[in-house]
Amino acid sequence: MDLLSLKDGESKKVVGINAEYAMKKRLIDMGITRGTVITKVKTAPLGDPIEIKLRGYDLTLRKDEAAKITVE
Amino acid sequence: MIIAALAGNPNCGKTTLFNELTGSKQHVGNWPGVTVEKKEGNYKKDNNISIVDLPGTYSLSPYSAEEEIARDYIINSKPNVVVNIVDATSIERNLYLTMQIAQTGTPMVVALNMMDEVESMGIDINTNKLSEMLGVPVVPIVARSGKGIEKLMAVTKDTAQRGIATLKQDVYDKIKNIEENKNDEEADILAADMRYEYIDKVVDSSVFKPQIKKLTTSDKIDQIVTNKVLSLPIFAVVMYMLFACTFSENFLFIEGLPSPGVWLAGVVESLWGSLTGVVDAALVSAGVSDWLHNLVIDGIMAGVGAVFGFIPLVLVLFVLMSFLEDSGYMARVAFVMDRIFRKFGLSGKSFIPLLMGFGCSVPALTASRTLESDKDRKITMMVTPFMSCGAKLPIYLMFVATLFADSNRTAIIFSIYALGMVMAVIGSLLLNKFMFKAENSGFIMELPKYRIPSLKSVGIHAWEKVKGFAIKAGTIILFSTILIWFLSNFNMSGMCDMEESFLAIIGNSIAWIFAPLGFNDWRASVGVVTGWIAKENIVATFGQLFAGVTDEAVLEAVMAGEQGLPAIGDVFTKVSAFSYMAFNLLCMPCFAAVGAMRREFGSMKWTLKAIAFQMVVAYVVALIINVVGNIIF
Ligand SMILES: Nc1nc2c(ncn2[C@@H]2O[C@H](COP(=O)(O)OP(=O)(O)OP(=O)(O)O)[C@@H](O)[C@H]2O)c(=O)[nH]1
Ligand SMILES: [Mg+2]
Repeated sequence: MDLLSLKDGESKKVVGINAEYAMKKRLIDMGITRGTVITKVKTAPLGDPIEIKLRGYDLTLRKDEAAKITVE
Repeated sequence: MIIAALAGNPNCGKTTLFNELTGSKQHVGNWPGVTVEKKEGNYKKDNNISIVDLPGTYSLSPYSAEEEIARDYIINSKPNVVVNIVDATSIERNLYLTMQIAQTGTPMVVALNMMDEVESMGIDINTNKLSEMLGVPVVPIVARSGKGIEKLMAVTKDTAQRGIATLKQDVYDKIKNIEENKNDEEADILAADMRYEYIDKVVDSSVFKPQIKKLTTSDKIDQIVTNKVLSLPIFAVVMYMLFACTFSENFLFIEGLPSPGVWLAGVVESLWGSLTGVVDAALVSAGVSDWLHNLVIDGIMAGVGAVFGFIPLVLVLFVLMSFLEDSGYMARVAFVMDRIFRKFGLSGKSFIPLLMGFGCSVPALTASRTLESDKDRKITMMVTPFMSCGAKLPIYLMFVATLFADSNRTAIIFSIYALGMVMAVIGSLLLNKFMFKAENSGFIMELPKYRIPSLKSVGIHAWEKVKGFAIKAGTIILFSTILIWFLSNFNMSGMCDMEESFLAIIGNSIAWIFAPLGFNDWRASVGVVTGWIAKENIVATFGQLFAGVTDEAVLEAVMAGEQGLPAIGDVFTKVSAFSYMAFNLLCMPCFAAVGAMRREFGSMKWTLKAIAFQMVVAYVVALIINVVGNIIF
């Protein structure tokens, strides 16, 4: 299951990231490591990107990238 | 001399701390080759400590120009000490950079910032434990009020003098070994994972969060501001206010009420006008020669006046921009607009410079500073002048009143504006593809907490901006104004009318270049050149050269489109008039805007590249209009 399939307000633990190296490293640098709890907050008014909450802060990423993050 | 570098995540309060430390004694410029701000200054209480504000970065792995600068600076320039500012409200992510800096072996101090917010969120941080586990000194501060800063600087000085890196070398060495021994992608990712594992341990034993999670004020604001239904109307209102406060003549739809920007510009203009009058009278009574009088009044005073005239707009827009930026709304602009702008290869934040471009390119170009990526910033600056500014409208009105009296005037003018927007999109797509070889870096952006901006930092920002503009842009504006003044008032035998001037000679010799565009005429070429002083000058130039009109009242009527200039009909057809309008819309903007580009790019090379790009686009588009237009009509 990927991050995109979360409903607004739902939280899940990260299992892994299926992206190429640069993107994967960037996401990990931002704190998206295995076991991190991510909450999906909302989708932008025009349908993309999405907003998530993790490690006490808010992050926005595009759906393309969110789809590469697998959760439990 | 101790060199202390401020490093930290974006939005952790670096600039606030920097301003607090240096007061007003700071130098602002750009890092070489990129449009990223470089700030340096001395600690106001101890001139032996020099402080460098590094660009905000989440990590030392280079993803962007900013991150590369920060990383290279820490590793290669070897500052005596790094002051790592940590936003204590999102401590986990901030400590990632801390661990990376500690790993480099540079002496460092952690400044634990935003302690006021941490307290009000009910979070308790044991700084001794934190310091022990990280192996570096930790000083809690509130950058905004200055609390804890003297202590921070005392510890910083001490650390720099003793030159000790960290007391937890084993932790950092373990990660370093993994990175260096294997040195492949997998090892990098493993190392990153290990850092967060250690951070989790550190945070578990030194940060105590309240059990009950309640929504913060920031969350509540965000529920409204980026709400599905309300976000777009709120966005529209904020953008309208930004534009109206800077440029509106009928502010808040009240007839005749000037906006703060327009009002201030009016005040400056009338002060400058009276000063010019005084100088004029003094020169006349001193009996100076004609050319000197003319040089001072039409060359120097007009040139300096042009610089002053733009300062109010830059000031007002910049105060508002700092507000949007510091409050956290700017990041939401990108969140809301990303979907549209990424299709053009730009960032959601490009919306603001482009919107402002309809008012005036000068403040619009300075607004591009808020874009994070160097590539987006450069492309946005190159296409911003395609947005038709207020000074170009009189040109269209003149042509429309003269040549398109029988057509739908609104449609003609609208089509010019639309052409500018379309070219901005096409231009940015082309630049992405060919000049910047667009690497798709994704869009991963923090949405910072909403905060009330501090007036002090807004004030310092605005002052820097105005100063930078006056110096860097001012020089270009002044010199080019004097040059064009000289060219249009002199020939080999001394002072003369514009018809016989060097400029006329130049116009004659370059007119053939424009033949394929439909206007092979020296007066049209001269208009292009005088338009670079200010685009609306084209009307006055045409009035003088085509019809011998110098009467202000007549020229104003022409500018307002109330009266045509029948004489230009001898040279221009509808098609070539449209081509001429398009050319002046897209070609090099006025010198003031060129000065603003020079200031923002921080490099003459990039300024010239941008001008070359604009000239080529203008030529090609005007050529297409002329060729296609003549086939159809
Ligand atoms: N409550 C509180 N707010 C602070 C403090 N320090 C900074 N701020 C606010 O945090 C926001 C960001 O501060 P900046 O100084 O612009 O942060 P920065 O690190 O320079 O950010 P970038 O230049 O974008 O990397 C501003 O709104 C500041 O007013 C603090 O100690 N307490
Ligand atoms: Mg800053």
